[in-house]
Amino acid sequence: MFEPTIWRFGRTAQPWREMQRLQNEVNRLFSGASQAVGQDYPPINIWMGQDDLIVTAEIPGVKVENIDISVIGDRLTLNGYREIISLKEGESYHRQERNYGPFSRTLQLPFNVNATKVDAKYDKGILTITLPRAEEDKPKKIAIKSE
Amino acid sequence: MAEIKKDIQKQPASAAQETEWTRSRQVYTPKVDIYETKDAIVMLADMPGIDEQSANVTLEKGVLTIQGNAIPETYKNKSIAYYEYDWGDYHRAFTLSDEVDKDKIEASVKNGVLKLVLHKAKQAKAKKIQITKE
Repeated sequence: MFEPTIWRFGRTAQPWREMQRLQNEVNRLFSGASQAVGQDYPPINIWMGQDDLIVTAEIPGVKVENIDISVIGDRLTLNGYREIISLKEGESYHRQERNYGPFSRTLQLPFNVNATKVDAKYDKGILTITLPRAEEDKPKKIAIKSE
Repeated sequence: MAEIKKDIQKQPASAAQETEWTRSRQVYTPKVDIYETKDAIVMLADMPGIDEQSANVTLEKGVLTIQGNAIPETYKNKSIAYYEYDWGDYHRAFTLSDEVDKDKIEASVKNGVLKLVLHKAKQAKAKKIQITKE
């Protein structure tokens, strides 16, 4: 019924052109550029040492004053807020892929942390938190006396 | 599909040419926001782990390429116990239209976000045309 010749006339609709556009759009979606957030934000890495650990988190473009870190016992909580760009009148978005708004994440660490000695820095969009193990939580070596 | 394509005279621009990489590191596509102001187009790209030294912006034949090489994290006497993100290279390319003044592109990096300000070319700015009475 629908032979290809029918589409030769320019006046008729050209569904494949529309399909092509859709396909390109879908390809762009799956290229990783506009990946949906399926995981907890922010993504973190944990580095283990002998008596401390380092937690790093990728949080680009956040003001330092908008990041809040708290430690209670063996729980580390990261709270933060990424400000949305407020466009002036007459300005418009062409594309918006980056995420905005508040985020919160709590991690359970393998040991209790000495909260007073926690150190954090934010550089190049990466938050680095150094968490030393609490003194009373460190394993004690027990000397064996020989009789 | 291949036969149908021939019938169409013009093709909408597809994504920039994909190339393969010789480095073994993972390449990421940074997420971008693009917005237009009165006299510029502003582009923001999330590239955590890069600074002004490790970011690269090039413009060649109308294709603007943003690149960055995040330096891998390493810590003395520590081993990675758990990871959710990886370090790698960033790469993304955009085709610029004529409305951008190609000699006037500003780039800056702050907190792992690359910001590009592409000023609009003179002729692209709206010109008011005087109407005279005959």
